[in-house]
Parts: sequence; structure tokens; C-alpha cells
Amino acid sequence: MTAAPSAVPAPGAAAAAGSDDVLLRLENVHTYYGHIHALQGVSLEVRRGEIVTLIGANGAGKTTTLKTISGLLHPREGTVTFEGRDISRTAAHQLVRAGIGHSPEGRRIFSRLTVLENLKMGAFTRPQNDIEGDLDHVFELFPRLKERTSQRGGSLSGGEQQMLAIGRAMMGRPRVLLLDEPSLGLSPILVQQIFAIIQEINSTGTTILLVEQNALQALIVANRGYVLQTGEVALSGLSADLRENEMVRKAYLGE
Amino acid sequence: MTVDFRRVIRPVAIGTIALLTEYALLGTQQFANALTLGAIYALIALGYTMVYGIVELINFAHGDIFMVGSFLAMWIMTTVLGLSGPVTNLLNLVGLLSIVMFATMVGMGFIGMFIERFAYRPLRHAPRLAPLITAIGVSFILQNIISSLFGPSPVNVPQIVPLDKFAFMGGKIGYLNVFMVVLAVVLMIALQLFVGRTRLGRAMRSTAQDREAAELMGVDINQTIAITFFIAAALAGAGGVIQGLYFGSIKFDLGFFVGLKAFTAAVLGGIGNTTGAAIGGFIIAFVEVYATVLGYTQWSEVAVFTVLILVLVFRPSGLLGQQLGERA
Ligand SMILES: Nc1ncnc2c1ncn2[C@@H]1O[C@H](COP(=O)(O)OP(=O)(O)O)[C@@H](O)[C@H]1O
Ligand SMILES: [Mg+2]
Repeated sequence: MTAAPSAVPAPGAAAAAGSDDVLLRLENVHTYYGHIHALQGVSLEVRRGEIVTLIGANGAGKTTTLKTISGLLHPREGTVTFEGRDISRTAAHQLVRAGIGHSPEGRRIFSRLTVLENLKMGAFTRPQNDIEGDLDHVFELFPRLKERTSQRGGSLSGGEQQMLAIGRAMMGRPRVLLLDEPSLGLSPILVQQIFAIIQEINSTGTTILLVEQNALQALIVANRGYVLQTGEVALSGLSADLRENEMVRKAYLGE
Repeated sequence: MTVDFRRVIRPVAIGTIALLTEYALLGTQQFANALTLGAIYALIALGYTMVYGIVELINFAHGDIFMVGSFLAMWIMTTVLGLSGPVTNLLNLVGLLSIVMFATMVGMGFIGMFIERFAYRPLRHAPRLAPLITAIGVSFILQNIISSLFGPSPVNVPQIVPLDKFAFMGGKIGYLNVFMVVLAVVLMIALQLFVGRTRLGRAMRSTAQDREAAELMGVDINQTIAITFFIAAALAGAGGVIQGLYFGSIKFDLGFFVGLKAFTAAVLGGIGNTTGAAIGGFIIAFVEVYATVLGYTQWSEVAVFTVLILVLVFRPSGLLGQQLGERA
């Protein structure tokens, strides 16, 4: 990593850091599926060391935003900048090398590959003889995966699959980790575990952009948040402020 | 290292028993014949199954790629190496065969990649029927190129391997048969190791299961698909070399029937499943040889395609089911 004027900011402190610490920036992004205008001018930024959450109703465009960042989709208008570089047209497989990790919606683990093979796929872009340390790190975060290395991905429970999906994305040593609904379909205890692990991953220096339906939890772990409505940013701010916001409370916190 | 009974011992035991039974029923000569034919079908079937696994395309031109491989091998032997008859010095023979095999496989690999690049890749997001029809078009193009280069009638392939046989358990087996079956088995094991154990092999299996997720791992999908077509065509090329050496003559429309039989083998084994394709190839060959042995030579093709229809009706996922890909 190139040395910034100051050291890597302590977790949580990043929210207050200057804008020159912006890691990822979307400016007026418009993304389409054929004729469907899914993102209608989204602008947001994620600073080094932050956890930023993206909340919004089903179909608001959260997944589309993440896909536009990781290069699975390209904006028709507007730009995506990562570490100061325009990546709007860059292919997804090249962005992994650049430092963007994406754990997609629905987990999408390789169900016929073993747990270990799934993790090795996560480190696909890295020298294969240099991943032991990363495997240990993932097994520290998710001890249950260690007991199941030779099991097929498809035979894992939902919670274990989610752990594998996150662990797999971590194997690429991302500088920003995009997480799309990691708590979906998990039991309350597992949801707590996943959120705790997200904070732990962040505390060791990985910036996180978190998409969640579980808005309350997301706004508790995140520094800042954006509320997406039909492809546009309706609201943004510090998580603490968003939690107090009337509209957010009504629409997303079920109050 | 522990040996997993279900994964290793059982299939080996079943295979051995099946082969011994066939051997007892058919006798040395026909058994060797069936194994050689099976090697050809298996090598081609692997290509059908790998390509289907990764792009969900039944590559109807694949039989013709095999045919082009047999012509490329013949051309290398005659025009490049100037061979016309048996090579009796064993060392020379092995060297020459290696050259022919290697050059044909590499050459066909590039042809396969070229076809994918220009005929199939532009249609990757088109409705499925489009690449299917294109494949049939590619098949015609390949046949026409070969028939205009080498003529529409059968072309002789120099028999560089002496037709010597050695006594084996009361019968006689040609060295050629042994060489070809061993070669095919070595190639198939190499393929299994490549797909099962290497980084690129994992990328291929991942791409077959979930292309978008593979991209998110940093896999270059275009490159992975290109490599798959390279390997598929190279294996078909190896089949082409064996075909020419074994039957002594080749023809521009050879790929049609052989391709259809290999396709049947792939479906029988479970399309998308590489192990299944290899086993299917040998089963189809035995069915064909049985028909011949029982005196129904002219019915052997009917027997093979009856197998195809029965599989499609009663067990469309094949003997071993899908393995490479996810989607049935
Ligand atoms: N593959 C697709 N093809 C067409 N429209 C899509 C596709 N994926 C999403 N959309 C549409 O784009 C909009 C945003 O979807 P998405 O980003 O998945 O929302 P979210 O993740 O917030 O639920 C929705 O209107 C959805 O119907
Ligand atoms: Mg979504």
C-alpha cells in the first residue's frame, strides 16, 4: 500500500478523515439492464478504513450498485473511481487484482468444489504457494470451515456457506470488501456472529461496503450509511443520525 | 494416505470385472478392437462434455474437428516427415509418433480456439439456438475445406507402426492396439489431474458452475473458455491420429458418424462429466463390436443410436450425471 501522509486511520476514526482518504467513489452512476434504468445517478463514497452500509427496499438497486463497482456491470453514464483510478470500464476479473473483493448476493459458492478449493479460488489471483497464512486467517475467523475443508461447498449449512463466501472473498486480500446481504436467511444467533465478524475484518484494516436488508444491525456496525430508493440515493449520513431519522425509522426499522 | 473405498476401490473393481467379462465373451482380437475404438470415442466424447460443461453448447462441429485432426496427422506424416511405410526401428518410431501426436494436438488446439473465438464467442449472449446452428455451419465449413484440399474420396494414411502382433493369453494383440489404448488412457489421466488438481482446472470447474462468481474470483472467463476449447480439440486431434493409424484411411465426412457415436458416449456418461464421457466411450465401442461379432455389422450403428435414445428417454442425466457444471 502506498504510504498516506498519516498512518492507516483507526477504525471508526475514518469517518472524520479528510476526503483525500476516499478509497472508492461513485459519481452520478447510471446503470442499465437493457432498457431497465436500474441506477439513476448514484453518487457515494467510501473512505479508507470505514464500514459504509447501503440500505433500501427490495429492488432499490443495492445489488446493482455493488455489481457496478466490482465490474460485473458497467455504468452507461457516470464514473466509478477506486484509489483515484477510473475503473468504470475495467473488467471484473481485473478488479480482483486491483483490490476489490465482492461476496455476492445469494453466496454463490462453488457447491461442487470442496471448501478448501473454494478458498483457493478466492486466492486465484495470488501466488498459490503464498496462501497458507491467509487460509489460517480465514480459519481463525471461521473455525467451522476448518473442520470441513474437504467437504463439498454444497453440503454446508446456510450459515457455513455464508462464512465460506466471506472467507473466499477475503482470500484475495481485498482493500475494499463488498458484502451483499450476508445475513440473509440466517438464524438470529448466526446474524449476530456474522456482524461481529464483519467488524473484526474491518478492525484489521479492510474497508467494507455492506448491503443489508437488516437495516438496524447494519446501522449499528457501520460508520455511515446511504439509503437507496428506486435507483437513487434518498438519504445519507452518519449511521447514528440515520438511526434517528424519521423516514428511516418508518420505512426500514419497522417503527 | 487413506484409500477411500467408494471413490477408488469400487470403481476400479467394477471396471476390472467388466473388462474381464468382456474379454471372456469377445476373445482377444475383438476385445483389443473394442478397446481401441473405445479410446477414440472416449477422446472425442471428452471434448463434447467439456465444452458443454463450460458453455452449454453441443458443439456439433466437434466430430469434424476430430476429422480435421486425422487429416492434419496424415499431412504431417506424409508431407512434413516424408513417411510412407512402417518404421521398424523402435526408437525412431516412438520419436516420430511423439512428434506427430504432439504437433497434431497443438495444431488442433489452436484450430479449436480459433473456432471458438470467431464462431461462438460473438454469440455468447445470443439465444441458445444461434450457436447451435453456427456449430452445424462450422461442421459444413470444415468438411468442405478438407474435401477441397484432399478430395472427396478416402485418403490413405501411411502405416508407420508395423502391424506386428504378440501372443497374449491364447490370442494375438497388435502393438498398435496397445500403444493407442495406453496413450488414450494416459491422456485421460492427465486431463483428470489437470481439471482436478491445478489452479487452471479449478478455474474451469468454477466457470462451468457459476461464471459470474468465477469472474469475482479474478478468473478471465474468455481465457478459460478458450483453454477449454484448446484441450477439447487437442484430444479430438489425438483421436484423429489413432483413427488414421488404426484404419489406414480417412475421409472428409468421417467426423459425422464417429462424432455422433462419441456424442452418444458423452450423453451416456452424463454430459458435462469427464469420467462419464471416458467410460461412455468404451461402452459404446463394446456395443458396436458386439453387434459386429454377433453378425449384425450393418446394424451396429442402429445399436449405438438405440442406446442414445434409451438414455435420453430413461436416464437423461446419464450414468454418472453432471459433474463439471452445475446446471443440469
Ligand atoms: N438481471 C436483471 N435484469 C433486469 N432487471 C434487473 C436485473 N437485476 C435487477 N434488475 C432490476 O434492477 C432493479 C434493481 O435491482 P437490484 O439491484 O437487484 O435491487 P436490490 O439489490 O436493492 O434488491 C430492480 O428493479 C430489478 O428488477
Ligand atoms: Mg439485492
